Amino acid sequence: MSQKPNDKKHWLYREENRRTLWLIQIGILFVAILPEFFMHHHAYFEAQGINLDAKPGFYPWYGFATCAAMVIGAKLLGLVLKRKDDYYDDE
Amino acid sequence: MMSSLVLPPGLILILGGLLLPWLAPRFRAAVAIGFPLLTLIMVWMVTPEHSMTLSFLEYELDILHLSSEGRVFATVFAMMAGIGALYALKHARTLELSAAFVYAGSAVGVTFCGDLISLFVFWEIMAIGSTLVLWANSPANKRAYGASMRYLLVHLLGGVVLMIGIAAHVAATGSIEFTAMKADSFGTILILIGFLINAGAPPFSAWIADAYPEASPSGTVFLSAFTTKTAVFALLMGFPGETILIYVGLYMVFYGIIYALLENDMRRILAYSIVNQVGFMVVAIGIGSELALNGATAHAFAHIIYKGLLLMSAGSVLLMTGKRKCTDLGGLFQSMPVTAVNGIIGALAISAVPLTSGFVTKSLETSAAAEAGMPWVWFMLVAASAGVFLHAGIKFPWFVFFQKDSGLRPPDPPWNMRLAMTIMSALCILIGVVPSIIYGILPYALDYEPYTVDHVVTQMQLLLFAGFAFFAMLALMKRTLTISLDFDWFYRKLMFGFIVWIKEHSPKFIGPAILGIKAFGQRRFDHLEEVHGPQGILARTWPSASMVLWVAVLLAAAMILHFFTV
Repeated sequence: MSQKPNDKKHWLYREENRRTLWLIQIGILFVAILPEFFMHHHAYFEAQGINLDAKPGFYPWYGFATCAAMVIGAKLLGLVLKRKDDYYDDE
Repeated sequence: MMSSLVLPPGLILILGGLLLPWLAPRFRAAVAIGFPLLTLIMVWMVTPEHSMTLSFLEYELDILHLSSEGRVFATVFAMMAGIGALYALKHARTLELSAAFVYAGSAVGVTFCGDLISLFVFWEIMAIGSTLVLWANSPANKRAYGASMRYLLVHLLGGVVLMIGIAAHVAATGSIEFTAMKADSFGTILILIGFLINAGAPPFSAWIADAYPEASPSGTVFLSAFTTKTAVFALLMGFPGETILIYVGLYMVFYGIIYALLENDMRRILAYSIVNQVGFMVVAIGIGSELALNGATAHAFAHIIYKGLLLMSAGSVLLMTGKRKCTDLGGLFQSMPVTAVNGIIGALAISAVPLTSGFVTKSLETSAAAEAGMPWVWFMLVAASAGVFLHAGIKFPWFVFFQKDSGLRPPDPPWNMRLAMTIMSALCILIGVVPSIIYGILPYALDYEPYTVDHVVTQMQLLLFAGFAFFAMLALMKRTLTISLDFDWFYRKLMFGFIVWIKEHSPKFIGPAILGIKAFGQRRFDHLEEVHGPQGILARTWPSASMVLWVAVLLAAAMILHFFTV
């Protein structure tokens, strides 16, 4: 909590720690995938002939892929929809 | 017995709101916390045997009609009024707090309505109360006045649609009872649309992000809690299993995510997120099974608390820094640790991380889609759950409390705000750890175990990889000084521009037409005022001498008649 932020940067903001932060995140992701090697997921839609949700690794790739799609989708829509934030100010 | 003392709980809160402006400041805190508490106690004293009927025209209105759904909503509404008042205590204007209580009280009133007419009355009081909450911030924020007028227009429109629907429905069926309907007649379709406008459904979603973020820090907390969730309650009671709601809800879910991803203002991010969350509930109401309706009810309860918490956290940042844009913020965790921790707990709860209230409530809705055999709804809801983490769970805390160091070093807000946030955080975790608290008060018996190994593992995988996507694509989410166009463009720019254009370009032909319409309206108004106005024939104050004369004439006539009849 220093009064002068430039004197001593918090360790989160120091350049040399960036690599460590990424490694920690990748480590957590690896731990999250571990259960895939010894557990089977419940298939919700056997009656409909769909078992995509029960395949190993479904939740990790689905979470990543849908979010990537939403980010890119938002980016593309933003090209059309974005306006300067004082757009309505002359009302 | 105590039961004889039962009043409609909403009226207690409305009374509290009307009392607040007349009180000496030292009593304000006691009333601001005491009346919501009284309301909460009263909500739980009402039994199904209670009723309070009023006669209106030839109808019997019931404003004390207990339903198990209504009790859940009323409970969380009363809690939000109280904790919100604690948060507002030091900074909110009396007008804001007073209006917020009338607003919250009428929301509670809706949850105890047995008929459509009293529902409509409370519905409209809510519109006025909420507009005043927003309007009360005009001195501090020059945009608040315009936003409050646009907000009022949308809600008056919704109210008119609802009223036409109710009138047509009552004319067709003769019944004013508020019960499950099907949107298959003119009246019921309009009632459904009236409810959906308040829920933030398309094309009227923009009012939420337009209006709420212009209120004061505490005003936004109040606004986020009641209007959309009262609409969820009304849909839940009025239109369970209405299939179109599945599509409407799915649109809202993804609308909320996309617009929140594009947004730069921290409280507008959270406002878009309200549409997203209400979308989940609307989908569940559309599915309509017992599990789905339990899910919508439980999710509404949990959502009001964690969204209130997120907005309290954002409001604290706004109060202490005076800044609201992500581009101006960042690094605040260093000097506002209490606000940051509470904001993160709210973010984890909205993302449905295990051990939080979102995990044990939102999963009821996705499970309901699976149980109902709707694979594509399920896949979209799971994708949306990942998207919630993306736009609210990470984006909000990341850009406000971390990202680049903005150099701002404001302290945490005053104790009342810190206490309010801490209570809300505790509730988020308590419900997550002991889900039976909420499961026990749901409308239908529930046999559901949220904490299975499979559920916890898959949810963590989904969220962690959604988070990975966020950081991997951070460059694509660089904040810009922009807003995003929405349907409100049609009435804020197109129609406005059209009228200006006509005025400037066709004074010859269309100008006189507009003047003619204006003159016609003025004549009708003048006539009305002439007859009914303060100086009108029907409203004129007659001199008391002529009054005495007429009384004497009547007396004489009565006496003469009396003599003749004897």
